[in-house]
Amino acid sequence: MTAPLLSVENLSVAFGAKTVVRGVTFHVMPGETVALVGESGSGKSVTALSCLRLLSGAGHNPAGRITLDGVEVLRAPERDLQRLRGGVAGMVFQEPMTSLNPLHSIGRQVSEAITLHRPLSGEALRRECVDRLARAGLPNAAERLAAYPHQLSGGQRQRVMIGASLANDPKLLIADEPTTALDVTIQAQILELLADLKRRLGMALLLITHDLSIVKRHADRVVVMKDGEVVEQGPVAEVFSAPKHPYTRMLLATEPKGRPAPVPDTAPEVMRGEGVKVHFPIRRGLMRRTVAHVRAVDGVEVAVREGETLGLVGESGSGKTTLGLALIRMERSEGTIRFEGRDIQGLPRGELRPLRARMQIVFQDPYGSLSPRMTAGEIVGEGLTVHQPGLRGPERDRLVAAALEEVGLDPAMAARYPHEFSGGQRQRIAIARALVLKPRLVVLDEPTSALDVSVQAQVVELLRGLQEKHRLAYLFISHDLKVVRAMAHRICVMKDGRIVEQGDAVALTENPREAYTRALMAAAFELRAAEGEAVRS
Amino acid sequence: MTLSPLNQRRLANFRANRRGTWSLWIFSVLFFFTLFAEFVANDRPLFAKVDGNWFVPVLADYAESDIIADGLPTEADWKDPDFLREFAEKGGWAVWPLIPFSHATIVRGLSRPAPTPPDARNWLGTDDQARDVLARVIYGFRISVLFGFTLTILASVIGVIAGAVQGYYGGLTDLLFQRFIEIWSGMPQLLLLIILASVIEPSFWTLLIFLLLFSWMGLVGVVRAEFLRGRNLDYVRAARALGVRDGRLMFQHILPNAMVATLTFLPFILSGSVTVLASLDFLGFGLPPGSPSLGELLSQGKNNLQAPWLAFTGFVVLGGVLVLLIFIGEAVRDAFDPRKLPGGGR
Repeated sequence: MTAPLLSVENLSVAFGAKTVVRGVTFHVMPGETVALVGESGSGKSVTALSCLRLLSGAGHNPAGRITLDGVEVLRAPERDLQRLRGGVAGMVFQEPMTSLNPLHSIGRQVSEAITLHRPLSGEALRRECVDRLARAGLPNAAERLAAYPHQLSGGQRQRVMIGASLANDPKLLIADEPTTALDVTIQAQILELLADLKRRLGMALLLITHDLSIVKRHADRVVVMKDGEVVEQGPVAEVFSAPKHPYTRMLLATEPKGRPAPVPDTAPEVMRGEGVKVHFPIRRGLMRRTVAHVRAVDGVEVAVREGETLGLVGESGSGKTTLGLALIRMERSEGTIRFEGRDIQGLPRGELRPLRARMQIVFQDPYGSLSPRMTAGEIVGEGLTVHQPGLRGPERDRLVAAALEEVGLDPAMAARYPHEFSGGQRQRIAIARALVLKPRLVVLDEPTSALDVSVQAQVVELLRGLQEKHRLAYLFISHDLKVVRAMAHRICVMKDGRIVEQGDAVALTENPREAYTRALMAAAFELRAAEGEAVRS
Repeated sequence: MTLSPLNQRRLANFRANRRGTWSLWIFSVLFFFTLFAEFVANDRPLFAKVDGNWFVPVLADYAESDIIADGLPTEADWKDPDFLREFAEKGGWAVWPLIPFSHATIVRGLSRPAPTPPDARNWLGTDDQARDVLARVIYGFRISVLFGFTLTILASVIGVIAGAVQGYYGGLTDLLFQRFIEIWSGMPQLLLLIILASVIEPSFWTLLIFLLLFSWMGLVGVVRAEFLRGRNLDYVRAARALGVRDGRLMFQHILPNAMVATLTFLPFILSGSVTVLASLDFLGFGLPPGSPSLGELLSQGKNNLQAPWLAFTGFVVLGGVLVLLIFIGEAVRDAFDPRKLPGGGR
């Protein structure tokens, strides 16, 4: 038996006096893919950072042993560590926008990674650079060396990151949620790239992720972490077919499942948009003349009925969020927008205000959508102060408490501030804020994307229950097709501001007609990159 | 009162900056004592007792005849040696303030022509009009700091509102307002002030209003930037979707975040205001002649180089105030720095 490339024994990680990771033991053999799985806050990222001693600030390792390529990381001098970082082990981070320096060209960033470990210069360096980027699958790498990160798409930036981390033929690549910030189709491409590189270069991969479908498809062995401890580890097939620990079983069972309750044919239409267009002008020159328009939404017809969920899917930049905002008059648009049969396009703000109570929105990021300086009670009650100003204190408190209870929160929590809640609880507060006004239409803008999988399923359940009870119409915007399938009655697929396909949710997911829809489905459900021109790279 | 964890951390951060904490204490103590300058340095007794009658000259004016039976019906002058001699002969006694001179008292019976150097009676000497320097410093400190506080608070309120309106509405409002500020800030402030001084006699309030015309612009940039950022935050958009009105959105939802930037700036604006007043007084365009002021003391120091204690005192006091304010400002900045951990770590 060969020696493991990376072995972590009994590792602890602490921030100040607070221990966040305890007694973690696992190893990575050469050429093997190990997935480190857990929900946010489980300590998987800090564990990975410890492997190269990259913990920042007050973070330190009070106990444990990490051996990487025969070097004891935790006791090694800084010089040896520098050889390890980038030389023996490369690292790819989650957010490709912030992990590249926006002021340096990509060629310079990759060359830097190379020259730190190898004395190359001039033409040799350039050739090496192009080679690495091409290996990472960046098209036209030679012409792109002078490009800056903002000129590349998210997927291309992630390829540059991978190219830079491959600069010195590392034996191990640590990828910390490498695809979380990317669209599904791009995610599939990046994962295939990683798998392919691993095969060709015989590299080991330590993959940190919260997405079990990635693990299932790409990893050899899996380490499940919860609250800073390893609860289960073993070969992927074994763990997935016979999970031993209840937490693993829970994780595996939490895929959003089920279907929404059917809508009666007599249900009235709540919202209809006809020929909705949102064009943002591009201004150039001294006089700021409008030279062209970005057609964020370009002539879209949509309709939602009472008790029905319309799923809007598409990649980032397809205009789905802009459409959602335009329909509730939060974004200027052209075309007809009917709400409860009345044309609300062009209504002055004063007349629109009473309607706002009946059309609400829930945003994606539960950390950003709650004011950090207001208590949960104040946040939920604010709509009441606006729309029912005559309401007395106790009566208002009663309504707030009822709304909190309805979304599954203890009304006694009303006095707490947002930072005292978890992500899922915060999203429940945001839902309560929308519901307290008894709306008829709720625009749900990626309400589950920022949440852990187990919480996602709960929020989907909650939303479905509330819909059934109050016969709410939902406009459900998401890039996550699994969640959409569990939520929506009908699905609209958007691309470049237009609807390319729409229809019944089951029919559309099982039997997509358009090539683009097929590519989306393949990427989402099978993590397979589509061939051909259907998607961008 | 309980503090939220965030504010507790900020307080801990502030306290971790020992220099700033000490500066705040020293400044507070000095400010507290100078607020009661009349009780610390005055040419009237705090209490006086004659023939079983109590008097509080520091608070009230008495006629000479009220105090001594055969006195004149004119106001008692506690500096008059004849009056004091008579007062003592009647068996009267009095409790005097620590420094028995006010800022305007002409010290009599000096051993040599004013300005006189420091001695046991005038601890910091006298100025060229034979007034006690220490008394003037105490009153001057008070008026400088009060002027600074008033100017800072009013300028901040106006600046925050102006910045909020610009940042929140953006677009044309912002554009026009910005150009207006650029033109307005190009006005020759000092020249206008000289013209003003030749038309009317500047007082505390006219000077304050005049300086306010120009000093509100300091905060506009910061607050505007915070509002430009804040108006598109999700929770602000969520509130807008609820139908919340603009005023409430601005001051309930966005302003609390802009307050951090504002509070961080305040000590520095305060020290700037103190400097402005001192420099105007130094040039002779400031407070009316005879008012105690640090700038006037400095200008006396310049005119009386043979009496170095004047310039020296003026320099140490003004410099000291500014240094204290800057140290406090640094500690406040630390307190609001989200990356700073208590104990100095980053």
